[in-house]
Amino acid sequence: MPAIDAPKNPPGKPAPTPLVSLRDIHLSFGANEVLKGISLDVLPGQVVSIIGPSGSGKSSLLRCITGLLRPQLGTITVGATRVDRLRHEAELIALRRRVGFVFQQYNLFPHLSVLDNLVLGPVRVNGRPRDEAEHQARELLQRVGLAHKAAAYPGELSGGQQQRVAIARALAMQPELILFDEVTSALDPETVGEVLTVIRELAEDGMTCVLVTHEMRFAAEVSDEVVFTEAGLIVEQGPAARLFGNPQQERTRAFLRRALGASLGSQSYAPDNKVVALPIDRFRFAI
Amino acid sequence: MAHDTHHPGAVQDAPLWPWLAAAVTTLLGLAAWTQFSANPPVALQQLAKWLPTLLLGLGANIGISVLAMALGTVAGLLIGALSLSTMAPLRGATRVYVQVFRNAPVLVLVYFSTYVFPFELQLHHWRLPFPDWIKVVLGLALPASANVAEIFRGAVQSIPSAQWEAAQSLALSRRDIFRLVVLPQCVRRMLPPWMNLYASITMATSLASLVGVHDVVDAAQIASNTVSRTDFTVLIYATLLLLFFAYCYPIARATQALEARHARH
Repeated sequence: MPAIDAPKNPPGKPAPTPLVSLRDIHLSFGANEVLKGISLDVLPGQVVSIIGPSGSGKSSLLRCITGLLRPQLGTITVGATRVDRLRHEAELIALRRRVGFVFQQYNLFPHLSVLDNLVLGPVRVNGRPRDEAEHQARELLQRVGLAHKAAAYPGELSGGQQQRVAIARALAMQPELILFDEVTSALDPETVGEVLTVIRELAEDGMTCVLVTHEMRFAAEVSDEVVFTEAGLIVEQGPAARLFGNPQQERTRAFLRRALGASLGSQSYAPDNKVVALPIDRFRFAI
Repeated sequence: MAHDTHHPGAVQDAPLWPWLAAAVTTLLGLAAWTQFSANPPVALQQLAKWLPTLLLGLGANIGISVLAMALGTVAGLLIGALSLSTMAPLRGATRVYVQVFRNAPVLVLVYFSTYVFPFELQLHHWRLPFPDWIKVVLGLALPASANVAEIFRGAVQSIPSAQWEAAQSLALSRRDIFRLVVLPQCVRRMLPPWMNLYASITMATSLASLVGVHDVVDAAQIASNTVSRTDFTVLIYATLLLLFFAYCYPIARATQALEARHARH
């Protein structure tokens, strides 16, 4: 996709400035190239779903956007921030205050109560007073239907409940954008719906969302734009109705046949418990 | 940590009390026999006489174990923190320390510290005595610190990298991630092995008598030599076993209880 770097206000037709802009992203783990030149724009308020077979680099792409992984090549822009150029911790922190991330495995802090999981970021990072942060946390818990679990510990909650807490935790930071990484893939089929409902409401409220998902129906329903990736490349992208209703590429058609067939065959949601193995050890810190 | 078989009440259901009940009943029975029998066995009479001495000796063992563990914990946490350093030489040095002192027989370390350290420290006109029991504390603190360092390093590395990722995504600083997310989870993971270590250090204090410290074993030896009866010697060493058991077994049970509780949360 050449010449996307359009000026902010071209004469005549003002194009909205993308909130997230990826250009020609290449990412390798050793000899294994997982992203082979991805370019993608996400406009403010848009919901973009990334679908595709397991191992096509979808989760890695999300991690690049929030600076958890650094691509070898390409540029990533979030708002005015060049993510691929960030080096210092303070810069990454400034970025991550604006970008929420919800993980497949929830990753709540097991030693903190639900409320404290939600309060930690706003108080420590955003410097908000504790009582104000608690008040907001309770409102968010209300919103995800878990007001009664404020004092519970993550280990006492079901997967679906934990994931809703994780979404509330991301929201507590009041981000401009939330990235969802296969957030229903580890859930029991019966709890998938409650998590999707929360995301659907967020999307309706105008939150900018990028979802990596295997829930085709859900993607079709909530997305403004759907991106089909395979083997580290974007095969096809477009409005949800077109991509699902009239895919242009044979590979997209084949994937959708398989994916929709599978989810028709069993229950309406096809859980895929594959864990994407990432060499994130490289990103661990030592004191 | 086991995450499977535990359920609420598992610890309470476990057979702790029958053991203690049996031990207490035996002791009470022997005491009653000594007290109320017209002609109690001589060995029992002697045991009743020597028991206070034994208990005082045990006090020395407990004191040494507490001090050694306190010292070992402070040093071990420091060394454990250094073993996670980004500086390779520092890491290497701590590895050597940990491996040397974890793989040394405790008795050798006790002798080592006894002969390495002077019997008194002289600073100008001040003379600070350096009694044997302090040397034993140091001798036991060496392996304790090496083990604590290893427990700490293991605990930090056992925190899933997903926790780091989640905390980073919440824009927490490295310092905050370590202090608020990783360390608190480490404490929970460290507590059971730390308590196990304490129990073994306590048992190792029985070596103190070999370098001239008047502890419970030394007291038993004196008693045994003084009374000089085979049945008394058997009885007093059986009592020694019971005393150590009574002190260490509850620690082991509490460790298991903690592990079970953490498995649930």
